[in-house]
Amino acid sequence: MSIHAQSIDLKDRFAAFFYKHQSTIREGLPEGINQHRQVAIEAFQQNGIPDRNVEDYKYTDLNPAFEKDYRTYIRPKQIDFNLNDIFHCDVPALDTHVVLLLNGWFYEKKTPQKKLPNGVIITSLREAANEYPEVIQKHYNQYADSKNQGLTALNTAFAQDGVFIYVPRGKAMDKPVQIINLLMDEEPGMSQHRNLMVMEEGSQAKVIVCDHTLSQSTFLTNSVTEIYAGQNAHMDFVRIQNEHNDSTQISNLYLNQERDSNVTSNTISLHGGLIRNNYYLRLNGENCENKTLGLYLTDRGQHIDSYVHMDHAHPHSRSNQLFKGVLDDYATGAFNGRILVRQDAQKTEAYQANNNILLTDDAKMNSKPQLEIYADDVKCSHGGTSGQLNGDALFYLRSRGIPLKEAQLLLMYAFAHEIIGEIHIQPLQDRIHELTEKRLRGELTRCNYCQMHCGDSGKN
Amino acid sequence: MAKEQDKILQKYTGNEYKYGWVTDVESDTLPKGLNEDIIRAISKKKNEPEFLLDFRLKAYRHWKEMKMPEWAHLKIPEIDYQDMVYYSAPKQKAGPKSIDDVDPELKKTFDRLGIPIDEQKRLAGVAVDAVMDSSSVKTTFKEKLAELGIIFCSFSEAVQNHPDLVREYMGSVVPYTDNYFAALNSAVFSDGSFVYIPKGVRTPMELSTYFRINAANTGQFERTLIVAEDDSYVSYLEGCTAPIRDENQLHAAIVEIVAKNNAHVKYSTVQNWYPGDKEGKGGIYNFVTKRGKAQGNHSKISWTQVETGSSITWKYPSVILMGDNSVGEFYSVAVTNNHQQADTGTKMIHIGKNTKSTIVSKGISAGYSNNSYRGLVKITKNAENARNFSQCDSMLMGDRCGAHTFPYIETENRSAIVEHEATTSKIGDDQIFYCNQRGINEEDAIGLIVNGYAKEVINKLPMEFAVEAQTLLQISLEGSVG
Repeated sequence: MSIHAQSIDLKDRFAAFFYKHQSTIREGLPEGINQHRQVAIEAFQQNGIPDRNVEDYKYTDLNPAFEKDYRTYIRPKQIDFNLNDIFHCDVPALDTHVVLLLNGWFYEKKTPQKKLPNGVIITSLREAANEYPEVIQKHYNQYADSKNQGLTALNTAFAQDGVFIYVPRGKAMDKPVQIINLLMDEEPGMSQHRNLMVMEEGSQAKVIVCDHTLSQSTFLTNSVTEIYAGQNAHMDFVRIQNEHNDSTQISNLYLNQERDSNVTSNTISLHGGLIRNNYYLRLNGENCENKTLGLYLTDRGQHIDSYVHMDHAHPHSRSNQLFKGVLDDYATGAFNGRILVRQDAQKTEAYQANNNILLTDDAKMNSKPQLEIYADDVKCSHGGTSGQLNGDALFYLRSRGIPLKEAQLLLMYAFAHEIIGEIHIQPLQDRIHELTEKRLRGELTRCNYCQMHCGDSGKN
Repeated sequence: MAKEQDKILQKYTGNEYKYGWVTDVESDTLPKGLNEDIIRAISKKKNEPEFLLDFRLKAYRHWKEMKMPEWAHLKIPEIDYQDMVYYSAPKQKAGPKSIDDVDPELKKTFDRLGIPIDEQKRLAGVAVDAVMDSSSVKTTFKEKLAELGIIFCSFSEAVQNHPDLVREYMGSVVPYTDNYFAALNSAVFSDGSFVYIPKGVRTPMELSTYFRINAANTGQFERTLIVAEDDSYVSYLEGCTAPIRDENQLHAAIVEIVAKNNAHVKYSTVQNWYPGDKEGKGGIYNFVTKRGKAQGNHSKISWTQVETGSSITWKYPSVILMGDNSVGEFYSVAVTNNHQQADTGTKMIHIGKNTKSTIVSKGISAGYSNNSYRGLVKITKNAENARNFSQCDSMLMGDRCGAHTFPYIETENRSAIVEHEATTSKIGDDQIFYCNQRGINEEDAIGLIVNGYAKEVINKLPMEFAVEAQTLLQISLEGSVG
């Protein structure tokens, strides 16, 4: 069940694999999901895996990552032990509804209760597709661009499972949902899960996504998350990426905001080999508010690329993008953000900033903050900086007896705080602070908070 | 209020392009089309040495393999390169020796443009090389400059008289493989200006070239090469106009600058090609490759441009900062109105240590136009202590135009400090109100605000150009507040 790396074109390879196994892929899923597959695979064949010739992927070539020989999980991996025993999230005082995805498949044992008393549904995409076909019909693949984005199309063609969250009108979730993506296999594996979150009018929710690898094999994740935030819905979305350095993670977030809604998304990238985070954000109504924040701490040969497409389609909305990064060793990073203000989206306020600290001369950062504006009564600005720690600030601290190393840490920590401070779940914020500090000290290994401690001696 | 604004808008955008006449001079024109024979013919007409013909043919063969670039934020209608004349020169008996030899019609043209081509206008203090269609018409003050060892002449003359210099520097900054339009230019360029400033010489006057497209269906492909030896200084001005025609005409030029140790080159452009009419019909396609190589230590290259013309502009004057402590500057005001499109900006490539670059770009869009800034700041690995500051402001006038910013920032050295800032704004009602209140009427108020907005850049222009630029801004824009 693996796709063999051969010299034939990647596009054809995936397409061939799809046609060969499509009955398995479609099995057990209703039309609401399956109906999109054929169109998607054709769109994928058109667009393929983007390489550097595609302007939006100028600084990240994903082809080498896809060329490896992966096991594709078109059936859930059978495990004969209880995942709960080997993994649990160790953030003190963090009380959440936990959902586990193992290699992209919903792990039933972790979430026995799928429907909360107030009508909130937290379940697998598979189950939702069968039980709530009308919601799927209305929202599934409606926000994701499976026509022009090759990677999204690939996901749409292959997606079989993922997390489904539904918050009914006017309801608020009692505690955050925590989605833990685990990757575990002896062989290289590829996961393409698909999440759908529907927030009805006036609802509230907080969602945390944690990405972990539990074994040393090479992994490739190409996930798509669609979020629909209805009128006046409020959502906090936090993503913590902590995978090992042999993994490739591509996350595609499609957010559709209706009027008066408010969404804050916060991505903390602590570890990962190659990370590409795509954010396609559409403010589809007046008076929307959006904050999209990101913090990445990279070292060694890691590469992280954040791509943000902020679409102001209607007047009177506000958005703010802030991405900050510290790059050490020979790590490379890219930021590619675009604010699009459509015609007549007057009174838009949109800001965008990307600040980077390079710690070595081998680290490299490419930044592309862009504005595309078709309305005249707007306030838009963007900024980008790249540099090292402020010499004066370091001197100030050292003159007060703080050793250089500590002073540097202190400044980096302060630099990161601007993002972490925006995490509105206090226990998590504290934990991330702690993790960031450890990370900056170089003490955090990817397995720190997993009880398996399988690869502590291995590569990080 | 809105009606009043419309009226003013009407009045000003209705302003006719005042350089739109056609001069009736006999010209020597090659047939339409592009092939190796045409290139050989151009080369033969210009009596070029072998190496130049080889260069052209290589460029042409390379160009044939290339595809028109599509990355710019522009809608460029398909261009039929075979339906164009690649060489058209005003007919003259062997090069003009004195002012009396110049075709009177031609002289009249430049008189109307207000160019002091006539040497009697010595007092104007500007040495001028005038290029009409593809060929250089007249260079003034040549002798005076020659006394200092400065060479300022047409490119063809340079090829005849200083082939070694041309051979050494041509293509050293913009190779023919550089991009589609550079390859095309390298294959078919017909003339341009050549400037050589010897060691230690400070050019006593501004050097200036005036470009004029006159003949119909003709592309203009000129090439400018400026070489500044150690410790020299030159300020160079370039202006352009063209007649009003319904069809689009192509202008694809190359400008190369080499600055050696301590040399300082200042290059100013006021680009006012015919922008097309209110419906976007006609106008010049201005696809230009401009690049300077600050190869010496402590050298400085500074670009200043005021872009008001052309229906489509595709232009990125760049500086390669090779020498230690070298400095690159880019100051630009780009104005688009009606259906004009501009995608312009700069590239600053930091290679040497302690290099500095400054980018100030002011975009103004009105009507249905689109105006983009696109720039690259690249700090290479060994560029210790590089410093860049970029500021890109856009002003929108009207709600049907667009203003875009596409900066690329690539940093590979930790000691670099790179800053980019951009803002988008419009002329505020309160600003207008403030002026009104003090008895300044609306159109003057807008003129005031626009000129204030662009002042940072206009101030960098030499005097002669600053006045022209200010007037141009008024003509192109005033009253288009939306």
